[in-house]
Amino acid sequence: MTDIQPTGSREIITVKNLEHAYGDFLAVDGISFSVFEGEIFSFLGPNGAGKSTAINVLITLLSLQKGEACIAGYNVTSDPQKVRESIGIVFQEITLDRDMTVWEILEFHGRLYAMPRAERHARIEELLKLVELGSKRDVRTKNLSGGMKRRLEIARGLMTRPKVLFLDEPTIGLDPQTRMRMWDYIKNVNKAGTTIFLTTHYMDEADQLSDRISIIDHGKIIITGTSWKLKNTLGEDLIYLETNDNAGAIALVKGLPAVKDTSLKTKGIIVMVNEDGTRVLPVIIDHLRDAGITITTVNLKKPSMDDVFVHYTGRELRDEPVGKAEPFISHRRGR
Amino acid sequence: MAYGFLTIYWRDMIRFFRFRTLLISSLLQPALWLAFFGIAMSSSFDQIMAGMPVPAGMHPVGYLTFMAAGIIAMTTLFTSLFGGMTLLFDKNWGLMREIMASPMPRNHVIFGISLSGMTKSFIQALIIMGFGLIIGAGFFSGYSPMQIAIAVLGILLFVAVFSLGFLFLSAGISISLESPEGLQGIMTLLTMPIFFASNALYPVTAFPEILKIISIYNPLTLLITGIRYFAIGDQFVALGQQYAYTPADILVSFGGLVAFAVVMYTFAWWRFRKAVVT
Repeated sequence: MTDIQPTGSREIITVKNLEHAYGDFLAVDGISFSVFEGEIFSFLGPNGAGKSTAINVLITLLSLQKGEACIAGYNVTSDPQKVRESIGIVFQEITLDRDMTVWEILEFHGRLYAMPRAERHARIEELLKLVELGSKRDVRTKNLSGGMKRRLEIARGLMTRPKVLFLDEPTIGLDPQTRMRMWDYIKNVNKAGTTIFLTTHYMDEADQLSDRISIIDHGKIIITGTSWKLKNTLGEDLIYLETNDNAGAIALVKGLPAVKDTSLKTKGIIVMVNEDGTRVLPVIIDHLRDAGITITTVNLKKPSMDDVFVHYTGRELRDEPVGKAEPFISHRRGR
Repeated sequence: MAYGFLTIYWRDMIRFFRFRTLLISSLLQPALWLAFFGIAMSSSFDQIMAGMPVPAGMHPVGYLTFMAAGIIAMTTLFTSLFGGMTLLFDKNWGLMREIMASPMPRNHVIFGISLSGMTKSFIQALIIMGFGLIIGAGFFSGYSPMQIAIAVLGILLFVAVFSLGFLFLSAGISISLESPEGLQGIMTLLTMPIFFASNALYPVTAFPEILKIISIYNPLTLLITGIRYFAIGDQFVALGQQYAYTPADILVSFGGLVAFAVVMYTFAWWRFRKAVVT
């Protein structure tokens, strides 16, 4: 699938044919992608897709086995020190010393990166303001809420004014309100000029935040593009039908103009259409009725990131209890 | 980046002083050893030894004085062997990733954590010396203030090199392990022979030949030799055993400790280069 390239932007991360294996298990299987300066780029994939392994290679915690990776112009294999100086990281799990204060966490980080004292202290004040933790300066991190911990970690990631900020599952385990606030912080950081590389398995997060998304599964990038473009690969609208003869219905619908693709689900079928679904749907219903197929349920909607994700990774239905919930309706109601 | 290790040191010291229970117990434990084991043993030993003749011109010391040097050494050994455990906790809680992904050279982690372990040993050694003097250990008897200062510095120098050696070992093992339980097991396995095959509590002269050889090359014996030389003197009698140290003996002991520390650093550096922390 082709990639939309923001015009006039420089590549800040370039990865070519990256492979990483743990023994016989190939966790990352030859991925190539580019991230451009100033964008928010997401790796969207289920748990175990290889996202964290890829990120660990990029941030130099794992040594590169095969392929090539450059960040901010530095090669991760030949120039790891320079790469480390150019990036900030927020790890998947909370990695804060429980017994250090908010200020000490940032001070420690600044010292690790050999920031001069005056600059370090000025930067801490700036960041405490940015993530609204100024009043918590002398509080030990074990007494912070989950959202505050995450904000502190983002502040820490920004401490050294990195060119790229890596966020590995930044809102995992946070409540919906806190997640949305985190997204605002992340967007603000990005607006201030930091390129952001994000991994997530939340589809809405990738959708809301990213300029571009790569869907990754089984160690491979399946598709890359803007959220809008990924959704469009599924067609303009999605029509869900349950009938008394789903196989027959698929065969019939497939031949209609404006139908882009079809797929058979547990109880019904999904029809992806290239035109306005509200106009295509009556035509489909007429055709099925003429063929003697009875329709019991109809649903029409725009493709969401969930649909894109399910379409390309095919995971969700496997994990869904059979016959209990239709993907469209359950998502609407359930979340 | 030359001072990166000071950052690691700073953080570890914050934690040392912040965990009050750990701080107090680590200071109290050696004092308790000295108070209970020391006083109990010395009162029986000194009674047994009371009738023994002391060779002319020799300086007899009580058992408490003799074993107080051993307690300083033992405390240093324990503190140092467990000093690297911080790294293992950092690794387990994911905190090590921040450090490993930073531009700070990795050997600074070894230096920083070892320096803080050494500081802890210094504090403990000073406390034991002070407490020992209070309960009657005959350290520095007949010394001028200047001599006492030199003696204390000499003891700390020996403690420093010895503790660095074991801290390097501990750091190297910690960075290679996955769980604190594993470290606990290895440390217990190490401390037992090191402690008992040494001259901490009794003279080694009556040991069977093999045990004697082990104890002579035991870094703990080397440390205790140094401490006794500085704290008690170059000629003394304890437990009916005559001790005489020449400056050359002391230099050899010190050289042995330095060699030990160098070997252990090499080991730690090797383990750190291989370490993968994700």
